[in-house]
Amino acid sequence: MPQDTDQILDTAAAWRAEGKRVALATVVATWGSSPRQVGSQLVVDADGRMEGSVSGGCIEGAVVREAMEVMQGGPPRTLEFGVSNERAWEVGLACGGTVKVFVEAVA
Amino acid sequence: MKSETLAALREARASGTPAVRCVRLGDGAEALLVGEIVSGDLAVDAVLLAAAASALRSDRGSLAETAAGPVFVEPFNPPLRLIIVGAVHITQGLAPMAQMAGYQVTVVDPRHAFASAERFPGVALSNDWPDEALDALKPDARTAVVTLTHDPKLDDPALDRALRSPAFYIAALGSRKTHAARLQRLAALGHDAAALARIHGPAGLPLGAATPAEIAVSVLAEMTQALRRPKDAQ
Repeated sequence: MPQDTDQILDTAAAWRAEGKRVALATVVATWGSSPRQVGSQLVVDADGRMEGSVSGGCIEGAVVREAMEVMQGGPPRTLEFGVSNERAWEVGLACGGTVKVFVEAVA
Repeated sequence: MKSETLAALREARASGTPAVRCVRLGDGAEALLVGEIVSGDLAVDAVLLAAAASALRSDRGSLAETAAGPVFVEPFNPPLRLIIVGAVHITQGLAPMAQMAGYQVTVVDPRHAFASAERFPGVALSNDWPDEALDALKPDARTAVVTLTHDPKLDDPALDRALRSPAFYIAALGSRKTHAARLQRLAALGHDAAALARIHGPAGLPLGAATPAEIAVSVLAEMTQALRRPKDAQ
């Protein structure tokens, strides 16, 4: 289990307590080499604040866009990111890994 | 994740209780397992119960295939802790190595000259007598207790308390001869054969370790085996 788990959960609870809409993204599967292990989480609020990570940084933008939809009442969704070895380094997935990220509202 | 699930999960973490969250990817239906208590709107069948137990054991989340689609099974184990009794040379290697492996480390030694911040930068220290220190630290099933002082006055009270706890790994440094004498003393304190068999003595896997740092490696290796493959560690 990643060591920042408590920080993510505390942040989600604090933002909910402020009355913000909040979404949670969780890495649920990885193939090949991936910078963040299964269970890694990213919490996002409606103002675009975020804490945690689900990759080396470059899929976070796409995940946050989906998170915004989900926290506005959209259904939970599972996103898959896979990249070729050539592009892997650029998008932050070292060595051509694939990650599956589950995005849900905290409500 | 529902707010009530989040609250229950944070409560479990605060109390050091292992928990597992199961969430169905298709619709977000979820169940939270805290000990024997199951809550949430996702039905938990034998398949998910087995996946939850496996997730806690391996400390890794995984996807379980169910008739209603994939369910992510995520363990929330309490943090790993290591209590080392004896602020000795081996401890100076073992404490930082265990921290790298993800353990919260506390070094217990009533001798201030041994358990000093200069010798153990960044490590929690206790100068309490070992039985009092363990009473305060309350070892749980995610805690390892290792005694390294060679001194029965310090090691025995710690082992006595460790044996009364669910610590997943209990080990004592010392030769086979001193270990036999130690077991006799602990038996006199009321510990039966099954309890005494929990103590790994001499501490560490038999790697032929020759230096304090190598002995630390052998202890950390045995501790890892006790955590990840408990059947092989006995």
